[in-house]
Amino acid sequence: MENGTYSFTHKAGLAQMLKGGVIMDVVNAEQAKIAEDAGACSVMALERVPADIRKDGGVARMSAVEKLVEIKEAVTIPVMAKCRIGHFVEARIIQALSLDYIDESEVLTPADVANHVNKHEFKIPFVCGARDLGEALRRIGEGAAMIRTKGEAGTGDIVEAVTHMRKIMSQIRRVTALSDDEIMAEAKQLQAPYELLKEVHRLGRLPVVNFAAGGVATPADAALMMHLGAEGVFVGSGIFKSDDPEIRGKAIVEAVTHYQNDDMLAQISRGLGEPMRGIAVEQMAAEELLAKRGW
Amino acid sequence: MGSTGVLAVQGDFTEHVHVLRRLGQPCREVRLPEDLGKVDALIIPGGESTTIGKLSDRFGLTEAIRERTLAGMPLWGTCAGMIFMAKDLGAHRQSMLQLMDITVERNAFGAQLDSFETDLPISVFDDGLFHAVFIRAPVIESVGASVDVLSKLKDGRIVAAEQDNLLATAFHPELTDDPRFHEYFVDKIG
Repeated sequence: MENGTYSFTHKAGLAQMLKGGVIMDVVNAEQAKIAEDAGACSVMALERVPADIRKDGGVARMSAVEKLVEIKEAVTIPVMAKCRIGHFVEARIIQALSLDYIDESEVLTPADVANHVNKHEFKIPFVCGARDLGEALRRIGEGAAMIRTKGEAGTGDIVEAVTHMRKIMSQIRRVTALSDDEIMAEAKQLQAPYELLKEVHRLGRLPVVNFAAGGVATPADAALMMHLGAEGVFVGSGIFKSDDPEIRGKAIVEAVTHYQNDDMLAQISRGLGEPMRGIAVEQMAAEELLAKRGW
Repeated sequence: MGSTGVLAVQGDFTEHVHVLRRLGQPCREVRLPEDLGKVDALIIPGGESTTIGKLSDRFGLTEAIRERTLAGMPLWGTCAGMIFMAKDLGAHRQSMLQLMDITVERNAFGAQLDSFETDLPISVFDDGLFHAVFIRAPVIESVGASVDVLSKLKDGRIVAAEQDNLLATAFHPELTDDPRFHEYFVDKIG
C-alpha cells in the first residue's frame, strides 16, 4: 500500500478486527482505562456522553485536542473520536493526531445541513450512523468503512436501535430476493447508490461491518442487538451513567461474546447494580431526537 | 477428518470459519473450555489482542488452550492471535499464552494509519507469492532456536513462523481468497 489514501477494502478490513467487540464512549483517560480493563475492543472519545449533551444542551463539538491525546496515551486499544456531521476540518485534526477511526456523528451538533464529509479523501477510516439501508449506503458511498445504527443516543432506551437494525436487515433480505432487473428501481426508492445496492444484492449483507448503537444499557440489550444482526456494539452513556461502570462494562463485553448462550447471559446479568435511569423515547418531543440528524 | 476450532471471543473469527467451510473442513466456534474439548486444532483470529486475552482469562480458556497445545494440538494465531501465543512481548504486559518461542512487538508499524498490503514469499509454498494484508500489525522481533522462519518483509522483519504444532502469521490470510495457509494448517491435524 502506497502512502496516501487507503483502498476502501483496506479501511473496511480495519473495522473487521473490531467484530464481536464492544466500543465504549469515554470522556477522559481515567474512563478509557476502565473501558480497556473491562475488555472494550476500542474506545470512542467525545467531550460529553450523549446523556449529558441532552441534559446540558449547547453546541456539542469534537473533544478538546488535549483530551484526545490524553486518551490515546492511556490505552493500547484503538481510539475513535467523534466529529460533527460535515465538519471535515475536525476530521482532519483527528487524522492529524493519528487516532484510529472517526465517527461522523449525529450525537454532535451538525456543522452542515446538506453534506457529510467526503470520507474517500481521508486515510483514516470512518464509521457513520444509519436508520435504514438507503442511509447506510449513502454513507458508504461517501467512503464510510463501518456502519452503526443510530438508535437514540443518551436515552438508555433500546427501541430505536432495534427499529433501525430490524429495518436495515429486512431491507437487505428484500434486496437479496430481487432480480437484477429490479435493482435500479429499488435504488431509486431507497435513495441508495446503484453500484452499492448491486453489491448488497450479491453479498446478502452490507459491504462493511455493521454495529449497533444508541440506547444500549444492559448486557441483555447488547445480546438482543447481536441476535438481530449486529456484528458488535457501541455503548455510550450506558456504562459511565450506571452505578458501577467497571462491572457493567465487563458484563456487556461478555454478553456480546455469549449472546447465544442464555445460561451465560443469566449469570453475566447478576449483581450489576442500577443501570442508567434513561428516558423513554416515546415520551420525548420530536425536536429532542438526535437520529433525524444526517442527510 | 479432524475438526478445526476458531476462538470466537472477539475478532474476525467468522472470516476464518468461512475459509474453512469453503475448504469443506469441519469447524466450530470456541467460546468456552467445553467447546475446546470438541476440536482437534485451534485458530486464534485477528482482533484486539488485549480483549481476546482478557476474555480468554475470564472464561478459563487461556489455561485450557495452553494444556491442549502443550499436549500437541495444532495452534495458529493470525495478528492478534500471534501476539497472544508469544512467549515475550518485550516491556509490554498483557494476558498471554506464552506458548511460542518468539518475541513479538505489538503495533510494530504504528497505529492503523500505517497498515498496508504486500506480496510475500512463503518458504513452505512453492507456487507463488502470498498476498498479505497487515492491519495494525505486530512483527516477530526474534525467534528461539527451534522456530522456523517462514517469511520476512523486504527489510528483514519476520512476519510468519512455525514451531512444531505452532503457526504464527502477523498478517491476515482470512481476509484474502488464498486458502493456502488454512490448508497448510489443517494438514497439521494428525
